[in-house]
Amino acid sequence: MSAILPTPGDAAPTTRSPGVWRSAWMRLRQDRVGMVSLAVVCAFVLLILASALGLVAGDWQREIGVPYAPPTMLGPDRAQTQQIIETPKGPPIDLSDVDPLAPRYAEWKERAAKFQTTEIHKADTLPLGGDRLGRNVLAKAIKGAQISIFVGVFAALLATLIGTVLGAVGGYAGGRTGDFLEWVYNVFTSIPDILLIFAFAAVFGRGIETVVLILGLAGWTGMYRQVRAEYMKHRTREYVRAAEAIGVSHLARMFVHILPNASHVILVRLSLLVVGFIKAEVILSFLGLGVPVEQVSWGTMLAEANVELILGKWWQLAAATAFMATFVTAFSLLTDALRDALDPKLR
Amino acid sequence: MTAYIVRRIWQMIPTLAGVILFVFFLFKYFGGDPAEILGGLLATPEQIEAIREQLGLNRPVLDQLWIFLKQIVTFDWGRSWATSEAVRNIFATRLPATLTVMLPILGLEVALAIPLALGVAYVRGTLTDRAIMVLTTVALSISFLVYVIVGQWLFGFYLGWFPVQGWSDSFVVNLTRYAVLPILLAVMVGLAPQLRLYRSFFLDEIGHDYVRTARAKGLTEKRILLKHVLRNAMIPILTNVAIVLPGVFVGSFLIEVFFSIPGLGREVLLAVNRSDYPVIQAVTIYLAALTMVINLIADVLYKIVDPRVVLK
Repeated sequence: MSAILPTPGDAAPTTRSPGVWRSAWMRLRQDRVGMVSLAVVCAFVLLILASALGLVAGDWQREIGVPYAPPTMLGPDRAQTQQIIETPKGPPIDLSDVDPLAPRYAEWKERAAKFQTTEIHKADTLPLGGDRLGRNVLAKAIKGAQISIFVGVFAALLATLIGTVLGAVGGYAGGRTGDFLEWVYNVFTSIPDILLIFAFAAVFGRGIETVVLILGLAGWTGMYRQVRAEYMKHRTREYVRAAEAIGVSHLARMFVHILPNASHVILVRLSLLVVGFIKAEVILSFLGLGVPVEQVSWGTMLAEANVELILGKWWQLAAATAFMATFVTAFSLLTDALRDALDPKLR
Repeated sequence: MTAYIVRRIWQMIPTLAGVILFVFFLFKYFGGDPAEILGGLLATPEQIEAIREQLGLNRPVLDQLWIFLKQIVTFDWGRSWATSEAVRNIFATRLPATLTVMLPILGLEVALAIPLALGVAYVRGTLTDRAIMVLTTVALSISFLVYVIVGQWLFGFYLGWFPVQGWSDSFVVNLTRYAVLPILLAVMVGLAPQLRLYRSFFLDEIGHDYVRTARAKGLTEKRILLKHVLRNAMIPILTNVAIVLPGVFVGSFLIEVFFSIPGLGREVLLAVNRSDYPVIQAVTIYLAALTMVINLIADVLYKIVDPRVVLK
C-alpha cells in the first residue's frame, strides 16, 4: 500500500494553478474589445491626472478667444458688415475753433500716454471652438472630464463602502442585526431613487463633495443586496468554518477570509455604479444641483449648450457629448469584459 | 390569497414607519431651520420666534413627530412655503400633466420594446444582433440631456414640426399638440435600455429545457418564440414594469423642465431649489407608499400570469 501512495516528502513539485485575478487578467487579455476599452479608459485617467495636476487645461477660465470663437477647422467667422452710416467723403473739416474740448486734447493725450495698455489679441478660432466668454471648449471639456469622472468614481467608492460593510454585516451576522439592516434597505428602496436624491439635495445644499455624498448615500442599496447574498453563501463554507476552528475572530473572517472571495462581484458592481453616477452627476449639474458655477463639469457645459444651440453655436454641445460618450462607452464595455473575465460561469 | 395580501399590508407598516422617520429626521437634523427659510433674510427675531411657535418647532421632538404623522394621515400639509399654495392642491393640479406625458411613454416603450427584442432574440448571434447591441451601448452612453436638447432644437425650433414648449388647459390639445414631441423623444431614448433588457429576458428563456422539447417535437422557431418564450418571459417583463411604474409620477422631471410642462416632477425640482420642505416631504412619503402598493399588485399579478408561483 505504502508503495502506491507517494509520501508527501518526495512528491513532484506541482505547478501552481493561477490565482483568480491572474486567470481573470489572462481572460481579459484575450478580449479584444475589453483591451481597447481598457486603453481608452487608461488614456482618460492619464488625462484627468494631468488636468488635476494642472499640466493641461489649468487655464480653462481664461478668455483666450473671441466670444463663440468657432472651431479651427471651420475657419473664423466672417466679419459682420454693419455700415449703416456712409463714410464721409471730401477733406476733413477743421472744427477746432468751435469745439469746446479742443484745448484739452493735448493734455489728455499726455496723461493717457502715462498708462501702459497692452493689446490682448483674442484668437479668432480655437481648436474645438469657444464659449460665450471665449473660453477654450477643449480645455473646458478636459476639466469637465476631471470633475465628472472624479464625482462618479468617488461616489461609487462611497456607495461601495457603505454597501459592502452593511452587506457583509447583514449577510454574515444575520439574526436581529440582519433583520434591522434589511429594514433599512427596504426603507431606502421604497423611496424612488430620484426623490431620494432630491431630498438629500434639498437638505445638504450644493458643491462637489455634496454631490459625491448624495449619490453615495442614495446608491448603495444594490451593492448591499449583492454583497449580502455572497456573504450568506460563504458564511457556512468549509474554509470559513476552518478559520473559526483555529480561532479567527468574526471581523477577520468577514474581511480577511470572505471579502476576497466576494471581491469580483464588488468590482463589477462598482464599475456599473461609476457609469450610473457620472450620468447622474451630469443631470444634477445641469439642473443646478451639482457642481458650483466656478467649476466646470460635462453637465454645466450641456446647460450652457442648451442656449447656445439656438444661436447656432453647436461646438460646446458636441465636445461635451463626444467626451462623455467616449468615456462612458469605453467604461461600459470594460465593465462587460471584466464581468466575463471574472465570472466565466456567466458566459 | 386574501391572507397573503393582508399579511403583506401588515408587513408594509414597519417599512412605511421607517420612511416617515427617515424623512422626518433627515429634514429635522440636516435641513436648514424652517423658520429662517420661511422668514427670509429680513425677518426680525420676533417674527422668526412667531413662526417657530406657529409650526410647533419649540415643542419636544416627539410632539413634532406627532404633528408630522397627523399631516401624513389627514393629507393636510398646509401650504407651500414658497408659493402659499395648498400642498394638497399642488398634487391635484400637477399630477394630470405628468400622467398625460408619462403613461403614453411607458405604454409605447413596452409595446415597442417587446416585438423589437423578440426580433433581436430571433436573430441572436448574427451580425444584426451584435450591431444592434453595439448601437444601443453607444446610444446609452450619451446623456439623456443631449437627446432632449438636440431633439427639441431640431424638431421644435429648426424644422418647426412641433411647438418648442407649452401647455394648455385642455387634455386633448395637450395630448395631440404639446405632449407629442416630449413623448416621442422620451420613447426614443428609453427604447435602447428596454430593448437590451427584454432581449436578455428572452435569451434566458431560450436556454430552458421546454424550448429544447418544443424544438424536438418540430415546432418552428417563430412559434417557439411567440407562443412559448414570450409567455414565460412576461414574468420578468412584468417585474420590470412594476419597478419603473412608480417613476411615472416624478420620473419625467427633465422632460417637464425642458418643455415647461406643469407636472409633479418639475414641481419637486422647484421645491428643492426653493427649500420648500413640505412639498418634498409629502411627495417622498406618498410615493414610497405607492411604490409598496405597486410592488404588492405586481406580486399578485405574477400569481395570475403564472399559476406555478406560490404566494408565501
